[in-house]
Amino acid sequence: MFSPSDVLLIPFDDWVNILVREWIVPNFRPLFRALQVPVSMVLDWLDTFFNAVPMLVFTAALALLTWRTAGRGMAIFTVISLIFIDMIGLWPETMTTLSMIVTSVLFCVVLGVPLGILAARNDRVLAVIRPVLDIMQTVPSFVYLVPIVMLFGVGMAPGIIATIIFALPPIVRLTNLGIRNVRGDLIEAAEAFGSTSWQMLWNIQLPLAMRTIMAGLNQTLMLALSMVVITSMIGAGGLGLTVYTGLGRLDVGGATAGGVGIVLLAIILDRITQALGEANGVRTVPLRQTVLSFFRRGAPASTAEIRRAA
Amino acid sequence: MTAKLKIQNLTKIFGPNAREGLDRLQAGDSKAAIFEATGNTVGIDNASFDVEQGQIFVVMGLSGSGKSTLVRTLNGLIAPTSGSILIDGEDIASCSPATLREVRRNKVAMVFQHFALFPHMSVADNVAYGLKIKGIAAAERRRRAELALEQVGLAAYADSTPAELSGGMQQRVGLARGLATDPEILLMDEPFGALDPLIRRDVQDELLRLQKKLRKTIIFITHDLNEALLLGDRIAIMKDGAIVQIGTAQEIVDTPADDYVRAFVADIDRGRVFTAESVSSADPVVLQLGTDTSETAMQSMEDANCNALYVLDGEEIAGVVTYQDAMAASRDDDATLADAIQSDFPTADRGSALHELYGAASSGLPIAVTDDNNRLVGVVEPEALLAQLSGDTSADPAPAAKP
Ligand SMILES: Nc1ncnc2c1ncn2[C@@H]1O[C@H](COP(=O)(O)OP(=O)(O)O)[C@@H](O)[C@H]1O
Ligand SMILES: [Mg+2]
Repeated sequence: MFSPSDVLLIPFDDWVNILVREWIVPNFRPLFRALQVPVSMVLDWLDTFFNAVPMLVFTAALALLTWRTAGRGMAIFTVISLIFIDMIGLWPETMTTLSMIVTSVLFCVVLGVPLGILAARNDRVLAVIRPVLDIMQTVPSFVYLVPIVMLFGVGMAPGIIATIIFALPPIVRLTNLGIRNVRGDLIEAAEAFGSTSWQMLWNIQLPLAMRTIMAGLNQTLMLALSMVVITSMIGAGGLGLTVYTGLGRLDVGGATAGGVGIVLLAIILDRITQALGEANGVRTVPLRQTVLSFFRRGAPASTAEIRRAA
Repeated sequence: MTAKLKIQNLTKIFGPNAREGLDRLQAGDSKAAIFEATGNTVGIDNASFDVEQGQIFVVMGLSGSGKSTLVRTLNGLIAPTSGSILIDGEDIASCSPATLREVRRNKVAMVFQHFALFPHMSVADNVAYGLKIKGIAAAERRRRAELALEQVGLAAYADSTPAELSGGMQQRVGLARGLATDPEILLMDEPFGALDPLIRRDVQDELLRLQKKLRKTIIFITHDLNEALLLGDRIAIMKDGAIVQIGTAQEIVDTPADDYVRAFVADIDRGRVFTAESVSSADPVVLQLGTDTSETAMQSMEDANCNALYVLDGEEIAGVVTYQDAMAASRDDDATLADAIQSDFPTADRGSALHELYGAASSGLPIAVTDDNNRLVGVVEPEALLAQLSGDTSADPAPAAKP
């Protein structure tokens, strides 16, 4: 049977090799190295810090934070989880993973929130950003690794850069959404009193969008956690590496231990950020109202809530 | 006196090709025809009017007639397509963004239909928002916010959140927020439209009470003619973006400019629009206690073709005498005019609305219209009152003095 490749076989892989090896790498290597510097700095600092804090002190601090935000039950869960992780000998790995996650999320916030604000204020910026975000979310996380390794090399910092790229879209999207959903008459009122664009952003738009932005932060965090194992393939450490090496050696026990550590960490961080989002709501929606809203026509409780908060 | 606010040939056309819409509008096309041909919507069609310092200027019209658009051009929330808006001689339509911001901060405040209170701030912070934007320190802000809240009777709610207040209270907060920066002009876009009727009466009275004290220049938007008539010193009626009539409440009810206005005023409560003065005879026939007798009284009543006349004692009102009583007195040799006088007579203030006169009119006696010093300035015959209420203005309001 005839196929087009009988006529012409395109050497696509060679073209990419030439483009990357002969042009991008020699010309832009210094730039990409420079980009890693701030990431490495924050990561090293956090990693040192988390690993230096005694286990019990850290546990107490995180339990307190969880208790204040997510409630007593979650605080007890946090204490038990952290003790369990320590007892299965994965404390240092967990701290490394935590510092990677915090670094990634920090950069996502620093980049994503301003981008989201820009997109919310300017339709043209949104038109440019939206397809890029779509691509970032549809490309399988595995595929990121190839160009990342070529451009940034291997190690912790490239792993975090891959994580940042993968986890960035939700916070940009939801910052944009949160600001755009702020009620038009409130914007009009703020404008009618002579607000500058900064005053509007700071006093009205950001506070009212905060609940939606926190929902974005939560999603970004979860995406970052999902990259933990994948980035260990390009040299990142922590719990991901435990799972990865366990898989490589068919060491089911080791891989499972690492996996359990990741899941426990994910649950704790998820609950804290969710609770932060709720605390930032304009008013908390009582249980009765939430239940009632299921029986009403229109949006389910969560979106209605976001809309009201916005 | 020069106008505080002077609007000249103001036009706003929404849509992609405003220029073409403007040309068509000037050529005399209707709003519907322009929309059909170009897809542009005429928001305001060549509006011109002046508002004096301290006046409540009401703009009314059906929904979609361009009221909100008009009021939003006055503080630059909507930029007009052409025309000028002079506030104290400065053109808002063509000034720089920085000047516009200064005007909004210092001169013109706005109150919104759905209150537009910031849900994440306390009531006091809402009221102080305009002050915060101006960079006033927190303590001073708080003090002035509390003062403004006191004016609308909500000082106790300073630390509540807006969601905890009822609709009427929320709009009072909206009003306090507008007043906190001490603006000269207050724009109110259907501020009471979202409130139920009883509460609406309350806040309308509150606004009038405040206005008596503050004397702001107020542009008040409403689609409710009764509200317009109650509040407006002057009223503009809008249709399809154009102003079809401007006048006082009585002028608009008395002489509607066209069928659109006539339809509006058709079921208006005339008893609330017109005052005692509008139906009283300006220079009534009166009797003097010292000089007139029962006989001259009867003669005067026959001449004036009425059944009762007021009797003055110098400047004071002594009372009212009816034809029957005068006749009885004239038959009785001992009786004088003074014996025929009823000292229990109906009175009304010259500014009272007609509906306040119904009780007085039920006595059947003419109503004495008095000034602030209780001097007689006019007399309302019950028939004149009924004629005005029924809209039959051809009837002679009251017997005029014969020369
Ligand atoms: N932003 C806009 N874009 C297009 N048309 C508008 C816009 N705002 C108002 N209009 C139109 O202008 C006309 C006047 O509207 P509006 O001023 O809101 O009327 P009102 O306040 O009297 O109900 C309406 O036909 C409305 O559809
Ligand atoms: Mg309107």
